Amino acid sequence: MTGFQTLLLKELLRFWKVSFQTIAAPILTALLYLLVFSHVLEERVQVYPGVPYSAFLIPGLAMMSLLQNAFANSSSSLIQSKVTGNIVFILLPPLSHAEFYWAYIIAAVVRGVVVGSGVFLVTLLGSHVPMPNLLWALAFAVLGGGILGALGLIAGILAEKFDQLAAFQNFIVVPLTFLSGVFYSVHSLPPFWQAVSHLNPFFYMIDGFRHAFFGVSDVAPALSLAIVGGCFAALSFACLALIRKGHKLRH
Amino acid sequence: MSVEVVPGVPAIEVTGLSKRYGSLQALDGVDLCVQAGEFFALLGPNGAGKTTLISILAGLARADAGAARIQGHDVVRDYRAARRSLGVVPQELVFDPFFTVRETLRFQSGYFGLRHNDAWIDEVMARLDLAPKADDNMRSLSGGMKRRVLVAQALVHKPPVIILDEPTAGVDVGLRQGLWQFVSQLNRDGHTVVLTTHYLEEAEALCGRVAMLKQGRVVALDTTANLLQGASAVRLRMVLSPDVLPPALEPLAQRQPDGAVVLAVHRHADVADVIVAIRAAGTVIEELRILEPDLEEVFLQIMGRP
Repeated sequence: MTGFQTLLLKELLRFWKVSFQTIAAPILTALLYLLVFSHVLEERVQVYPGVPYSAFLIPGLAMMSLLQNAFANSSSSLIQSKVTGNIVFILLPPLSHAEFYWAYIIAAVVRGVVVGSGVFLVTLLGSHVPMPNLLWALAFAVLGGGILGALGLIAGILAEKFDQLAAFQNFIVVPLTFLSGVFYSVHSLPPFWQAVSHLNPFFYMIDGFRHAFFGVSDVAPALSLAIVGGCFAALSFACLALIRKGHKLRH
Repeated sequence: MSVEVVPGVPAIEVTGLSKRYGSLQALDGVDLCVQAGEFFALLGPNGAGKTTLISILAGLARADAGAARIQGHDVVRDYRAARRSLGVVPQELVFDPFFTVRETLRFQSGYFGLRHNDAWIDEVMARLDLAPKADDNMRSLSGGMKRRVLVAQALVHKPPVIILDEPTAGVDVGLRQGLWQFVSQLNRDGHTVVLTTHYLEEAEALCGRVAMLKQGRVVALDTTANLLQGASAVRLRMVLSPDVLPPALEPLAQRQPDGAVVLAVHRHADVADVIVAIRAAGTVIEELRILEPDLEEVFLQIMGRP
């Protein structure tokens, strides 16, 4: 195996070996959101005409779980390695900067997609959601997972302690995902907050992903894809620059 | 295991290396050259800069000034070739709690792009007495066993240059001896070995050449034999009855807690004169041993200089 394949395999095994915590637990969390919100709102809210609220909610929940778990994977792997010191095992070998980056990103995307698919499949048991246009769904899933994987890697590089990482997650990632239109359509917001929502890149990931299921969206899916792709490219560039510099990895 | 050595190219070459951490000058213009096949000791008190130097060679830290090359490969510009040539046993006892010993070694081998390396991994585990623990999780191992895995990890890619940063700190005698036998064998097979240790008798027994660092500078660099020869004195350890020395010898004497006297004598030829002088004073020498200078004494002399 090449160094890249080995690091990727290691990163995949790392979450797979504790899959109860890394896959089953977030699926259960999403299921609880669905139960509570659809119980309260099913009869009162209809976001898209003819689409029950629970069906509207499921793709967004699946995407939100995907994004949060992609972030959790790369960030927790890196900060654990840094804090315990075993990061030397991947700093000593001749891995290139790109190999290092892509191994973490792909593992993050895989965990996100596994959790997101799990959420989708489990929630299907109780609701009717149309099968998605796979190409659109996969494009947003992979790019969204990539963005959060890169954000996780950046957070893991910058953070020196677990609480700094938790702050990054609680004050940046969670608000941006919750305010991205997972639980509502941004069209229902007052104009000011609609405009603010359009500045949130997470909004385009959720909106585009949902389009793959219902064929309806707040923004044209091609525009969403371009924005999401652009964000991923910019974050990849920034993250690779940090790795190349060895920022907080090599003294 | 065979070693690829490029003739005429030093295993390690360091020129004008400096590194500062905040107000601490960890390295201050270090020049050093270790030839291929040497068994080399890097000695110095805590904080002298040994680990900083190793970190720069391994690419774990960046130098502020100067250059470092492993087998002719610059550790920054040509980092992949440099790292392929180098195996480092880190000082800190670190491990990945998710994996077993065998998985750990396979991953490490894979990071270097090696396929089908199981035969060598098995041999390294056997040589380090790790085979019975091969399928145990890293978490369940004792400190000594974890140390062995770190050594094995540094060797999975058969590096021509091996650096061991205090590999025997907190390690029992059995592992220490087994480790040195293995490393000596690797050195005989052509691997360059650089070692830091606070057990100076280990360095004296194993290493052909020694560099001593103090406050980030190289303060001594010579063969072990030359350093020992340059030591100022042989010492006589005596038990006297009565415990009285001629006044001329008293300034050279150190009383030991067990009642013995240790006397520093400049040359072997002076020993007879000292004994004659003591007997002439009416003192009986009940016990006598000649203590040859050792590396620890040399080390203390050099570190004691202003």
